[in-house]
Amino acid sequence: MKMKDGKVFLDDLDKKILEVLRDNARLTYTEIGKKLGVAHSTVYERIKKLEKNRVIKKYTAVFNADKLGFKPTLAIVTVYTDPKESEKIAEKLAKKRNVLEVLISLSEELLIIAKVIAEDQEKLHSFIANYIAPLPGVLRIRTSIITKKIKELDSALPVI
Amino acid sequence: MSKEKAFYFFTSIGNYTGEKAHSLEEFLEKVKEIDIKSLEFHLYRGDFERWIREVLGIRELAEKMDEIQKLNLKGETLRTLIYETGSKFLKE
Repeated sequence: MKMKDGKVFLDDLDKKILEVLRDNARLTYTEIGKKLGVAHSTVYERIKKLEKNRVIKKYTAVFNADKLGFKPTLAIVTVYTDPKESEKIAEKLAKKRNVLEVLISLSEELLIIAKVIAEDQEKLHSFIANYIAPLPGVLRIRTSIITKKIKELDSALPVI
Repeated sequence: MSKEKAFYFFTSIGNYTGEKAHSLEEFLEKVKEIDIKSLEFHLYRGDFERWIREVLGIRELAEKMDEIQKLNLKGETLRTLIYETGSKFLKE
């Protein structure tokens, strides 16, 4: 890994280590080294550098919601906004724990797209009606409830 | 009335029309022109009754909304009945 003008440049080994960690972050340095054909000490040094430079932000656990008996309602909520208020609205949405992602899109109109999770459809509606709709600058809202998930990456960033 | 207490018109779960009302008068104005789907959606969820009872504090009118709900009406007939019922209350 090299740094230039505050930017991080990864070499092939860094990228391979990230790929391995993305699949299983609990592997030991030795196991990663064996997979990649390098010494565990090399893996250790690389990972420490990646952590220090915040390329690796954190290690986390991915829960299996089905096993917990939790079948949440997921929805893509599109919020049409007054352009002057859109940043503020996006920031307020981003602070809520049940809002998983917040994106801003400028097509014909300025839109905020948020992925929202709720216990059920009624709680989803209540959140939208009582929290999102009253935010200053919200013009209208369209919601698509997700009925089937075909693909989801735990970590969406491609490394290679 | 605070923004949080206004009535927000939706046409279905999560689909906000952009129309809201802060008073009974404003509510009735919106009833005249809002998408009929919105009236049907809210009436049969009991949202009108609840808002009129809990926010506006008009129990008599809330009860009337409950009665209208039981009639199972749809379309413009429903719109007219909600509007007329609310207007009558204002004039009494």
